[in-house]
Amino acid sequence: MTRLPRIDVDFHVPQAPMADLLGYLDTYFRQQVTDREIHTQPFRLSSYPANSPLTCGAVLADRPVPEALDALGSDIAIASDLHGVVSLHNPDMRAALMSAVNDHLAATWLDTDPRLRGSIYVSMEDADLAVAEIERLAPDPRFVQVLVLAAQEAPHGQRRFWPIWEAAARHGLTLAIHAGGVFRLAPSVAGWPAYQFEDYVIQSQTFENILVSLIGEGVFQKFPDLRVVFLESGFAWLPMTLWRMDKTWRGTRQEVPWLDRPPSEIIRDRVFVSLIPCDPPGPDEVRQVLTHLGGTDMLLYASDHPHRQFDGHDPLPEGLPEADLPAILAGNALRAYPRLAADPAVSRLAPRKQEAV
Amino acid sequence: MNKPMRDTRAKTKLRLVDCDIHPAQKSPATLFPYLESRWVEHLKTFGTFTRQALVGQLSYPRMTANGMRIDAKPEEGPPGSSLQLMQEQHLDRLGIEQGHLVALGRGGMEERNPDLSAAMSRAVNDWQVAEWLEPEPRLRGGIVVPQDNPEAAVAEIARRADDPRFVQVIMSTRPNEPLGDRKYWPIYRAIAEAGLPLCLHPAGYSSGKPSTGTGWPSFYFQEHYTFVPGSEALVTSLVISGALEAVPDLRIAIIEGGFSWAPALGWRMDRHFDTFRAEVPHLTMKPSDYMRRHFWWATQPMEEPKNGRHVQDVIDWIGWDRILYSSDYPHWDYDDPDFIFKFPLDTWQREAVFGGNARALYGGRA
Repeated sequence: MTRLPRIDVDFHVPQAPMADLLGYLDTYFRQQVTDREIHTQPFRLSSYPANSPLTCGAVLADRPVPEALDALGSDIAIASDLHGVVSLHNPDMRAALMSAVNDHLAATWLDTDPRLRGSIYVSMEDADLAVAEIERLAPDPRFVQVLVLAAQEAPHGQRRFWPIWEAAARHGLTLAIHAGGVFRLAPSVAGWPAYQFEDYVIQSQTFENILVSLIGEGVFQKFPDLRVVFLESGFAWLPMTLWRMDKTWRGTRQEVPWLDRPPSEIIRDRVFVSLIPCDPPGPDEVRQVLTHLGGTDMLLYASDHPHRQFDGHDPLPEGLPEADLPAILAGNALRAYPRLAADPAVSRLAPRKQEAV
Repeated sequence: MNKPMRDTRAKTKLRLVDCDIHPAQKSPATLFPYLESRWVEHLKTFGTFTRQALVGQLSYPRMTANGMRIDAKPEEGPPGSSLQLMQEQHLDRLGIEQGHLVALGRGGMEERNPDLSAAMSRAVNDWQVAEWLEPEPRLRGGIVVPQDNPEAAVAEIARRADDPRFVQVIMSTRPNEPLGDRKYWPIYRAIAEAGLPLCLHPAGYSSGKPSTGTGWPSFYFQEHYTFVPGSEALVTSLVISGALEAVPDLRIAIIEGGFSWAPALGWRMDRHFDTFRAEVPHLTMKPSDYMRRHFWWATQPMEEPKNGRHVQDVIDWIGWDRILYSSDYPHWDYDDPDFIFKFPLDTWQREAVFGGNARALYGGRA
């Protein structure tokens, strides 16, 4: 079989060491961070402890970035650094350090490997600062998405966040929501789990609520150009969530009158999910989920490198329809990412799916 | 390919068991005869004290007449408060052989004052006996417990366990801690020793934590959905915490929490069990095995995908012996057994879902 081009939408570069961020800070924050010895702290998100098998258990985890890209066969990979500075409560220091993370990503990775594209990593807790960061980096076409974490202080659809989504949509940047969170609130209505395993499992449940939030608030009508990508969300839950939303909408649509169609129709071509982790245990279950989902148009190939989501070297699960592989591996990403579609180096890899005749 | 069609023969000659009927009190004073005068005075003076802003109502207004069937309102009191109307428009009309009461609200489940929570649970259970189970032999009770006061919950189970009219113990899906937390294990041991199933049913009252892992939603359209992840999180917690390893004969009915998410959750836990196994050495089976061993699932609100047979795929994974019919009478999203399946069932499937499975789960009591 000929090798198909691959666009990996969830590739993690090593977390920037705090000391390496100092050079991207202004004098005030460089002094604050060094005087208070903030730069000596690890800033690891507790969702991804450094030595946990989830964080670093992949076969290729120890390979340097270029070698991992080679081994994964990635033509393009969207890089992110899920840096723990996002959890700081001080909004100005948080924004300064997140800008430093983004600048570090550009200088360390985007400048050195032409296969990599970048994420503008922002905190949702101060919309003005997030918009400013988007405006600062949007002129660099290598940044293709605005990246936020899943578990926030308020659901992503709420109007307080609309300035961020407006800025993203205006610049052709996709909104990427990645698993994990800032742990401001209990990760479920039930409370705080005792085990990291449990915490990881219930993250897909947060994505269910995020999708219902984005739909229910009318984000997709308000921003007709906005594309949303769920990263590391799993996708097996999606059919059930769409069934349930469509049914509930029939009984509650007076309350959300801007939803003029069933939610499952609204998200078409607007919401995409990364293929990894692929929770169904085998090809039969994968096929069943895709049948329930009505096809593979929402799926985006991803490795989640270096997180352990697959055995061996190939993240691609079994059970995907052969005919859809070019789209899953690259073509759907061009619909999800306007900036990739506009990039000749990328779009030549994967001609856009032809409309059915 | 067969065109999916509605299963319309559900009611015929079935010994129907409805696993979710909500009785209501005509007013807060309805419970006063079942409370000590100390607590009557307390309620008159201070009222209930829960982890939410409003007293006796929700900050997410419901649809359709406060979340109720418009036709279920009796001349006096709220829907569900008239046994006669419940008999006429539900038990008699559907030919229900047995109906399980799930007494939501004012049962002390969410009350913060530990002694009041115990007193209210006791009162609600006495009220069920006197005003529902005594006059209507088709009805069965559910023992409401003050779940976040485990000692009192265990005592309440002991008080009721010998009354065969109580067929299960009811806990809210918005507890103070994830239900796998060890503080709840004594309750589970008491439930299992009594030979009763545990019913987990969502309640609108707040646990004091936002109803999603990313904060409070804005609309009831969204809040309604939170019952699904809320129930998923509790199944996840019960499985991963080892509670079901500690109480291996605990049987749990998920009522009004949905069922169509069960396969995806089972797959997800199994997939990541491999990664996290070293963290949870107390688990001796893969997580989906605990789901299959311990859980039963009620139908309402039934999923309605465009292709009804997709529901069949889900139930095939769960097992046709684990699905329980529930109506949710008198709530607005009530499910009529004649309309819930959009594909034809085999006779054995129909008999199982509409009564056989409930009789097996609830044993001699149902």
